[in-house]
Amino acid sequence: GPGGAAPLENANPLIYRRSGERPVTAREEDDELPDIIDDREIFDMSVQPRSAFLNPTHLIRSINDPEHPLTLEELNVVEQVRVKVNDAESTVAVEFTPTIPHCSMATLIGLSIKVKLIRSLPERFKLDVHITPGTHVSEHAVNKQLADKERVAAALENSHLLEVVNQCLSARS
Amino acid sequence: MGRGQDWGRGCAVRRAVPAGPLWSCRAVLGEGHQRTVRRVAWSPCGNYLASASFDATTCIWKKQEDGFECITTLEGHENEVKSVAWAPSGTLLATCSRDKSVWVWEVDEEEEYECVSVLNSHTQDVKHVVWHPNQELLASASYDDTVKLYREEEDDWVCCATLEGHQSTVWSVAFDCSGERLASCSDDRTVRVWQRYRPGNQHGVACSGAEPTWKCVCNLSGYHTRTIYDVAWCHLTGALATACGDDAIRVFEEGTGGTEQEPSFSLAAHHLCVWRALVTLHCSASVLSTSVEAEPSLRKRPRVSFSRHMSLMARAVFPVSFLE
Repeated sequence: GPGGAAPLENANPLIYRRSGERPVTAREEDDELPDIIDDREIFDMSVQPRSAFLNPTHLIRSINDPEHPLTLEELNVVEQVRVKVNDAESTVAVEFTPTIPHCSMATLIGLSIKVKLIRSLPERFKLDVHITPGTHVSEHAVNKQLADKERVAAALENSHLLEVVNQCLSARS
Repeated sequence: MGRGQDWGRGCAVRRAVPAGPLWSCRAVLGEGHQRTVRRVAWSPCGNYLASASFDATTCIWKKQEDGFECITTLEGHENEVKSVAWAPSGTLLATCSRDKSVWVWEVDEEEEYECVSVLNSHTQDVKHVVWHPNQELLASASYDDTVKLYREEEDDWVCCATLEGHQSTVWSVAFDCSGERLASCSDDRTVRVWQRYRPGNQHGVACSGAEPTWKCVCNLSGYHTRTIYDVAWCHLTGALATACGDDAIRVFEEGTGGTEQEPSFSLAAHHLCVWRALVTLHCSASVLSTSVEAEPSLRKRPRVSFSRHMSLMARAVFPVSFLE
């Protein structure tokens, strides 16, 4: 974390440019029509609340990396193209790419993404957060933990871990 | 059943409100655990309740006139206890935990509990333990993708079988009424049925020494679209029910097309909880009954029609057995 004396695992990460804000469509302006949740919405989550259900205050793309003073988008850990939403079937799948194959923060990053989605999306959504195939040495083990809802729930009862996750999810000025 | 006067409305799945007792909350046992309570189990005699918690303990509650009293707390697991189960004899209890172990406890007439075995066979988180219906044989389901069986041998408990085949976490197991079969359900979205073969069996299934072999005789694949968290085997009808992360309860019945060695199970009913279709399991009778309103049909068995959502998922209409 910030302020520590230990060297960063990945001292020179590649930094990617942020994507711009997307234009608001007429359909989205219409409060009568239900909001369809699509890939960009999940990636974005920057829109002002338009319906009673959605009350997003943070972005997946602006989730903080646990080690660097950068967002997951800036590190290309998350990309819009790797977010798949099927609103009709109530499923969301997010692939994330750790910056290096041995990244020890992979589980924590995946957990932060998952928590962000749980807190932001309507309950009907089934979430699948996993590592982009081929990008991490322990991808199977990490994916399995993230997919185990009991393990996730039990882990989040740990106040220390919850604090770290909340720090990743907090907005940085 | 029997309320169905709404012929012609067709698709509604409604609850036929039974003229039975109302449920009331008799007690709230809020002081026993410091974290999530994961499982509860009644003792066979009905006087005790065991509760397993993420706080790494298992509480034993005794029924009193005015509520329940925690008479003992079983400690020893290193982290979250996931399941607890009483053996039919009432003198044995099993617990399992994320610490990868299964503990067997014995209770005597003075209500003293003693750990008689710590079994470290699994290599990962143990999700569930269940006892055989009429033998002192224990089964466990684990994050290590296996089911293990344990029995007592010369004053200690040993792992006598490991059932491999699932491709991911096994969440639950259930024995059939005879205890010759076991069903397991998994994160790999399948249900497997295992059959016990004793040494010297006529089917040519090899056994190691005097130990029976459990062989997978059926793999229910392609029915579930997400993790299957629980499976229950009805001891009266032989039906298998599953609880799945895709919001559906499925009931399987063994068909006539198979043999004992290669049983064939088919989907008997498919109700999506989203529509609040109430599928109730009556514990005393161990019978699965469904309360649905059905369209009249020329067939002997009423045809149940589903709402438009379900018809997108399941084109076929599955006959449902109604109980008189």
